[in-house]
Amino acid sequence: MPRIDKRAGDILVWALLLTAPFWMPAVGSYIELGSHVVVYALAAMALNFLLGYTGVLSFGHAAYFGLGAYGTAMTIKYLYPSTPLGMLVGVVVGTVAAAIIGPLIVRLRGVYFAMCTIAFGQVFYYIAFQWRSATGGDDGVSAWTRVPLDLGFTKIDILNNPQAFYYFVVAVFAVCAAAMAFLLRSPFGRTLLAIRENERRARFLGIPVDRHIWMSWVISCFFVSVAGTLFALMNNFIDPRAIRWDQSGNFVIMAVLGGMRSFWGPLIGSAIFLVLQDYISSHTENWMSFIGLFFVLIVLFFPRGVLGIIRRKATP
Amino acid sequence: MRGVEFWGTFNRRMSQLLLFNVFNGLIIGAFYALMALGLSLILNLSGVINFAHGGFLAIGGYLAYTLLPYLGFWGALIVSPFLVAFIGIAVERVLVRRLYGRDPLYSLLLTFGLAFMIEDGTRFIWGAQSLPYQIPTWLAVPISADYFFLTGYRLFMMTLVGAAVIGLFLILNYTRLGLRIRAGTLDLETVSVLGVNVRVLRNLNFGLGIYLAGLAGVLAVGMLGLQPTVGDNLIMPSFIAIIVGGLGSLPGTLLGGLLIGVASGVTSVYFPSASEAVMYVMMAAVLIVRPRGLFGEEGRF
Repeated sequence: MPRIDKRAGDILVWALLLTAPFWMPAVGSYIELGSHVVVYALAAMALNFLLGYTGVLSFGHAAYFGLGAYGTAMTIKYLYPSTPLGMLVGVVVGTVAAAIIGPLIVRLRGVYFAMCTIAFGQVFYYIAFQWRSATGGDDGVSAWTRVPLDLGFTKIDILNNPQAFYYFVVAVFAVCAAAMAFLLRSPFGRTLLAIRENERRARFLGIPVDRHIWMSWVISCFFVSVAGTLFALMNNFIDPRAIRWDQSGNFVIMAVLGGMRSFWGPLIGSAIFLVLQDYISSHTENWMSFIGLFFVLIVLFFPRGVLGIIRRKATP
Repeated sequence: MRGVEFWGTFNRRMSQLLLFNVFNGLIIGAFYALMALGLSLILNLSGVINFAHGGFLAIGGYLAYTLLPYLGFWGALIVSPFLVAFIGIAVERVLVRRLYGRDPLYSLLLTFGLAFMIEDGTRFIWGAQSLPYQIPTWLAVPISADYFFLTGYRLFMMTLVGAAVIGLFLILNYTRLGLRIRAGTLDLETVSVLGVNVRVLRNLNFGLGIYLAGLAGVLAVGMLGLQPTVGDNLIMPSFIAIIVGGLGSLPGTLLGGLLIGVASGVTSVYFPSASEAVMYVMMAAVLIVRPRGLFGEEGRF
C-alpha cells in the first residue's frame, strides 16, 4: 500500500504543477505566483537535501541563491544577452563559491555550523551592497530582461508570455527534482541518510563523513543557485534584499512547514508560505509581524510540518 | 625644506587618522563585544542562537528614547536595560523555554521570527524614520582640539562598556549565580542533579544576556541614532566575534569583538570599502587555522 501511495502522491504533484495555469486563475490567483512558488520550492528542496536528508543545518543558503541570481543578471546585462548562458554562469559562480567555502565549515556541527553559514552568507550580501559600480548597490541590477529561448527550430517566448515562462520554470524544476531524487536513491544518498541518523556509527563504518557532508553541501548549493537564476529571470531584476539572511530563513521555514522528512514537503511549504505572504502583504503594511508570528507558531505547533502530520496520522 | 614640512604634516595627519580609526574601531569593537557576550552567555548555557538579539538592542534604544523626557539621560540609561531584560525573561518563559532539548533548528527559527516581529513592532510604535537621541551637551564636546574625535561621549561609552564587562566577569566569578552559570555551561545535567533549578538558571541567564543587549542599545543610539534596523548591522559582527574568539569562552568573545572592531577600523584607513570584508577574512582565517576559535575548547561543538 505505501508504495502505491507514494506513486499517487508523485502523480498528484505533477498533475497539479502541469495544469496550474488552467486552474490558478479560477481560484483567484495568477500565474506569476505559480512561477514564484515553483522557484522557491526548488530552493527549499535544495536546502532540504542538506537539512532533511543529511541532517546539517544551513542558514546561509540565500547567498548561493543570490550568487546564481547576480551571475545571471550581470551576464545578461554586461556580457551577452542569452538566457541559457546567464543561467550557466550563475550556477557555476554559486557552486564554485560553495565548494570553496565548504571545507572551512564541514568540520563544524550543529549550531556552530549554522552560525558560520549565516556569517559567510552575509559576505555576499555585503559585496552586492558595497560594490556599487557592478552590482548597483542597494538599487540592484535592473534595466535588463530575460531573453526568449532559441531552440534552433523554434523560439519560445518566455519573456512576454507568462505561461511559457511558467512551463520553462517547471521544466527546470522537473530536471532538478529528478536529479535530487536519483541522488537520494543512490548509495550516496543512503550514505547521507546514515550520517543523519548516526554520524558516529557512519564514521566507524569507514565513511568519510566530512567529505560526504561537503559533497552534500555543494550539491545543495548547486540546486539553490539554479533556483537563484530562475528567480532573477522571473523578476528581470535582483537586489541585495533577495540574498539577505532573512531569505535563508524563508527557505528553512518552507522546508520545516512542509515537512523536512519528505521529498515534496518543501514544495507544499513554499506554496503555503507564498500564498499567505501574498495575501497578508496585500492587506496590511505590517506583514513582517505576521510572517514573524507565523514562524513562531510553526515552530511551537507544527514542528513536523504538514506532510509529517499527515504521515503520522496515516500510520497508526 | 618644504618637502620635509609636507611629509611631516602628512605623517602627522596619517598617524592621527590611524589613531582615530584605531580608537573608533575599539569603540565599535566594544559594542560588538557587549552584544556578543550576551549572545554567548545564552548560547553556552542554553544552546540557543538568539537572532532577536539585535531586536532587543533596538528595544533598549527606543525605550530609552521614550523614557528620556521623564527620567533624564541617567535615568533612562539605568532603567531601560532592566526593562529590556524583563522583556527578555518573559520571552524566555513563554516561548524559548519550550524548545530546549530540541533540534537547534527550531530555536533558531523562533528567534528569527521574533526578530521580524520586533523590527516591525518598533517601526509600528515609533515610526520608520530615524530619531535623534539627545545626549548631555557636556558629553558631546571634544576634549582636545588636536584629537577632535575624543568626544566625551565616546570616552564615556568606553568607560561604561568597560564597567559592564568587568561587572559581568565579577558576577560570573564571585556570585553563586555566576558560579552556577559557569558550571552549567560545562555540564548542565550534573548541575541539575546537584539540586540547582535549571529552569530558573536558564531564565536568569537569558535575562542577563538580554540586559547586555539593552545596555548596548542605549549606548549605541547616542552614537548611531535610532532606527528599527539599528541592531541589524551589529548582529553579524557579533556572530563573527564569537566564532573568532571561540565558542564557550567569554574572554574569547570579548577579545574577538575588540579584535574585529580594531581590524575593521584600521582597514577603513587604507581600504574603506573593505572594512566589512576584513572581519570575514579574519573569521575564515581562524576557521582554517584553529576551527574552535582563539580560546575555544576542543570538542565542544
